[in-house]
Amino acid sequence: MNIYVLVKQVPATDKVKIDESTGTMKREEVEAVINPLDLYAIETSLQIKEMYEGKTSITAISMGPPKAEEVLKEAISMGCDRGILLSDRAFAGADTWATSYTIGKLIKRLEPFSLIITGERATDGETGQVGPSLAGQLDLPIVTYTSRILEINDSYAILERETEEGTETLKMKLPGVISVTKAIGEPRLPTLKGKIKARNTKIEIFDLEKLGVTNEEVGLLGSLTRVVKVFYPKISRTGRRIKVKDPEEAVSYIIEFLQERGIL
Amino acid sequence: MSREVVILGEVRKGKIHSVTYELLAWGKDLSDKLKTRLSALILGYNLGDLEEVIYYGADKVYYLEHPRLDNFNPEVYAEVLVPFIKEIAPDIILAGATTTGRTIMPYLAGKLKAGLTADCTSLDIEEETGLLLQTRPAIGGNVLATIKTPSSKPQMATVRPKGKKPLERDTNRTGEIKIIKPSIDLNSRIERINFKPREEEVSLVDAEVVISGGKGLKDPRNISLLFDISKLIDSSAVGASRAIVDMGWIEYPHQVGLSGKTVNPKVYIAFGISGAVQHLAGMMNSESIIAINKDPEAPIFQVADLGIVGDALEILSTLKRKLEERKNNV
Repeated sequence: MNIYVLVKQVPATDKVKIDESTGTMKREEVEAVINPLDLYAIETSLQIKEMYEGKTSITAISMGPPKAEEVLKEAISMGCDRGILLSDRAFAGADTWATSYTIGKLIKRLEPFSLIITGERATDGETGQVGPSLAGQLDLPIVTYTSRILEINDSYAILERETEEGTETLKMKLPGVISVTKAIGEPRLPTLKGKIKARNTKIEIFDLEKLGVTNEEVGLLGSLTRVVKVFYPKISRTGRRIKVKDPEEAVSYIIEFLQERGIL
Repeated sequence: MSREVVILGEVRKGKIHSVTYELLAWGKDLSDKLKTRLSALILGYNLGDLEEVIYYGADKVYYLEHPRLDNFNPEVYAEVLVPFIKEIAPDIILAGATTTGRTIMPYLAGKLKAGLTADCTSLDIEEETGLLLQTRPAIGGNVLATIKTPSSKPQMATVRPKGKKPLERDTNRTGEIKIIKPSIDLNSRIERINFKPREEEVSLVDAEVVISGGKGLKDPRNISLLFDISKLIDSSAVGASRAIVDMGWIEYPHQVGLSGKTVNPKVYIAFGISGAVQHLAGMMNSESIIAINKDPEAPIFQVADLGIVGDALEILSTLKRKLEERKNNV
């Protein structure tokens, strides 16, 4: 069984600095990490490898600058078999549609597969749209918010999905796409053997030419949405700001505020 | 050309869900500015309360009815919606950023080759062009970005549940309800074989008062104080910043913010939360806000009606004691 796991390199979110003149992120100053929620996607693929009776090959796929190789190496150190990086200046600035399109083009060129697995969303863009958009573009079935894999074989998977109302048990014919939540289980740590393997594995790079697409189809040019402006929110209420001398004083203000609104 | 604004309603447990009415309030702002019709798309089976959708602001309801639309299945939904959307060719489609909306919207956008913006916190119309301006937190919630879809239609967006109050229910409002019974021949590759409903563990989104904590509470052991106070205030619930959820001090269902829940209670009280855009996105529409933080420059103060510069932990313990005293004196 072939499994493709999509992973993304993201800035460590708490430390992002913005260039206020251009409204863009100062990427060079920010530490880049694997999207924490993608670790659960990798974990899911490794659980399936353990459950499935035949041979399983797991390929981690990412799109980003050459440096994003690091996250594929990390995926291999956890137990993935192979890493492919979509990397070309022309891919830059892609929105979720163009990102899904580019990944879709790659997947169509690779061997047939049973499952594509994504995390719930990336912690930088926070959209969670690439998995479902890719499924839509490739006309594959999708199960989002997957919390458990109950059974998987060559023709179908039985999965649990968490919604606002409860837990659905779904049977999905393969090939298909799933996005997984943290409920899938704690991601395992890289092993020493895995780290050695990661060091010795060459990450395959697909650029514009190797992917066989044109400039206009991908990146900013292939995107349907455009960022018009980026700004710090200027939200302010005409509130009072009080520096209190002791907690008692603070509490009296809070209680008065709650009483005025009929809470207490 | 029709410049219809369409909202994709949501049905839960055989009833039209309130997020539908919130979407109508979002859509109404846009359809008024565009001087066009606001329509609601409702998928389901055996639904009764369709006129409610009119009372809450829709000019027209497209009710797509079929037994197979009783539960959400992205493939079956897309089978019906893709040709229908192509037929009515709306300008704008809005849906809730719920598990359903966040699945079907990108799935449809992928099939329709339509631009889609997730989790918007405000929507507007650009005067010169009539295009949808979609604003959402970006880059890990550190800034806001305004996004548009310049040259393709429909322009699609999801908005956070509880991000806006429904319009006043008006039974004098009139509109057209169009019932459509599509034939569905699709042999779906997804089949629902069981469903286990869940008890709502935290009614955070419905609480009148939200008592939230952040890193200013210093130690995971102090989180219990939030719950103690919540027990002393009627109709209240406990919220949290992403920071303390990530550190494992409190469970994820309590998280308020872009990657958690959006709330708009009567009073939101933030103890020791600095107020990253990520967090503000989930609570800044509260009716009133109290913020307690020792840093007078903390961004949370920009949204507060009452800002107290002081030690959040000390104030929290004192508040608990005072509320207990009040309770005992009654």
